[in-house]
Amino acid sequence: MQNLISSIASRLVIAVPYLWLLIFFLIPFVIVFKISLSEVAMAIPPYTPVFNLSAGWQAFADNFSQFSWDNYIWLLEDPLYYKAYISSVIIAAVSTVLTLIVGYPIAYGMARAPATIRPTLLMLVILPFWTSFLIRVYAWIGILKPEGLLNQFLMWAHVIDTPLNILNTNTAVFIGIVYSYLPFLVLPIYSALEKMDYSLVEAAEDLGCPPILAFWKITFRLSMPGVIAGCFLVFIPAVGEFVIPDLLGGSQTLMIGKTLWNEFFSNRDWPVSSAVAVILLLLLVVPIVLFQRAEARAQESEK
Amino acid sequence: MNTTWSRFNIASLVFGFAFLYLPIVLLVVFSFNESRLVTVWAGFSTKWYVSLFHNQSFIDAAWVTIRVGLVSATVATILGTLGALAMTRYTRFRGRLLFSAMIYAPLVMPEVITGLSMLLLFVAIGFDRGLWTMILAHITFSMCFVAVVVQSRLVTFDRSLEEAAMDLGATPVTTFFKVTLPVILPAVVSGWMLAFTLSLDDLVISSFTSGPGATTLPMRIYSQVRLGVTPEINAACTILIAIVAVGVIIASIANKRREVQKARDEQAAARN
Repeated sequence: MQNLISSIASRLVIAVPYLWLLIFFLIPFVIVFKISLSEVAMAIPPYTPVFNLSAGWQAFADNFSQFSWDNYIWLLEDPLYYKAYISSVIIAAVSTVLTLIVGYPIAYGMARAPATIRPTLLMLVILPFWTSFLIRVYAWIGILKPEGLLNQFLMWAHVIDTPLNILNTNTAVFIGIVYSYLPFLVLPIYSALEKMDYSLVEAAEDLGCPPILAFWKITFRLSMPGVIAGCFLVFIPAVGEFVIPDLLGGSQTLMIGKTLWNEFFSNRDWPVSSAVAVILLLLLVVPIVLFQRAEARAQESEK
Repeated sequence: MNTTWSRFNIASLVFGFAFLYLPIVLLVVFSFNESRLVTVWAGFSTKWYVSLFHNQSFIDAAWVTIRVGLVSATVATILGTLGALAMTRYTRFRGRLLFSAMIYAPLVMPEVITGLSMLLLFVAIGFDRGLWTMILAHITFSMCFVAVVVQSRLVTFDRSLEEAAMDLGATPVTTFFKVTLPVILPAVVSGWMLAFTLSLDDLVISSFTSGPGATTLPMRIYSQVRLGVTPEINAACTILIAIVAVGVIIASIANKRREVQKARDEQAAARN
């Protein structure tokens, strides 16, 4: 009896979260794919054919013949879409590099700090992450707009005479992404650097290696797992980012997350927005798999 | 290691933290501005908070947000903890690779994809959109964050404690509640807090999955922001920041107390 209960319990431990994720995470993607092959219709829900197993297999098979790749052909033919994909990837890649340039010195400074204040520094990096993403992006509007605080400050300091136009440009999008995703990059690099044995660098320097070279050959090399994990954590969500390009970007800022949102909420074209999502997912499958592998490997090495 | 905390390190930390905190500080400061303009200081005033508390749509949205957050964080913590146990304790079961992929993928999945796919699921099964669809969606993405947080605690867990309990005749279920759970509790609590703030913050997934009558605070703020920056939004944001800051500070004080108590107990035990 006891054994029966514990074997049921151990099965439930796996089955409950597994089933939940299958139903609410995996199956929805199948539905997205299916609807991306449908046509838009003036109905509720606004697409045809509607998936309906209760009508029997014959009707289901008939539905199948109505599927078409028209939405995908449409995406390929309209330059708006592939331009949005390309520019999303470029914006995300540039922002990832910028985040690394800003974030690495912070992580390095934290790892080199006296051990007594390290937990406080860690807390200080995590804390902004707890405040709302939307709020943090909103805060930059007041700073970057033409009569905003940055321009007021720069004009007061006589650095510039006319206000800079930063809000509603790609520069604002870069700033927004770097700012919002910075903790995601600092934390994995910090945890890689903190574990590092610094006497290796000292040994290299004692043997006459210039500090910069020692940093590059030893410190940076050893922090690579953290750098890779951090870059994925920034790059992948940034490609599909909606809030930042919508609030900080301008009309010329093309990002696929914004395109998907507009197709869905403004044009109410569910099949095309599903097709946009499917292609975005295909674009991100390789980085997602690489990220997941890196995480699993890190998890294994902890054991 | 301590001797080489160079000036460069200190400077990069100072600039880094200024960059992280200045925007939030400015936002909070200007929520107390007398003027309607958010960027010109005209004296201290709390009138935007007063007008916020008379704004019924904001108050309704706040209640929806809190209800969604409490329910989804609690369910997500249970499911996420189970997920973490499954990942660390059962290294071999059919479909483990798929399982770990489904745990890690939502962490980086662009929100527009998650939101759209959830919505299409609810439409396909004929589930009316509203508060509950939003809660289901929030549970799904935040349980993965909980799973990762709890998992990182479980991998360093000393299994011999559990083995000892079972040798003494405790069932696996009793062992979990009497031995494992108390040890991993800090991770479970911070998982809950993370799930709650993720739910509190979410705009994109909520916009896709909610229906008429279920508007959350971020959705309300977002539709206001599109019309322009106002001190009222600053005040709403400041209240949200304050709630989260108080929660985090209480949690860290509790954590510190527990550590001090533990250190004291260990000393007492060593003396005996």
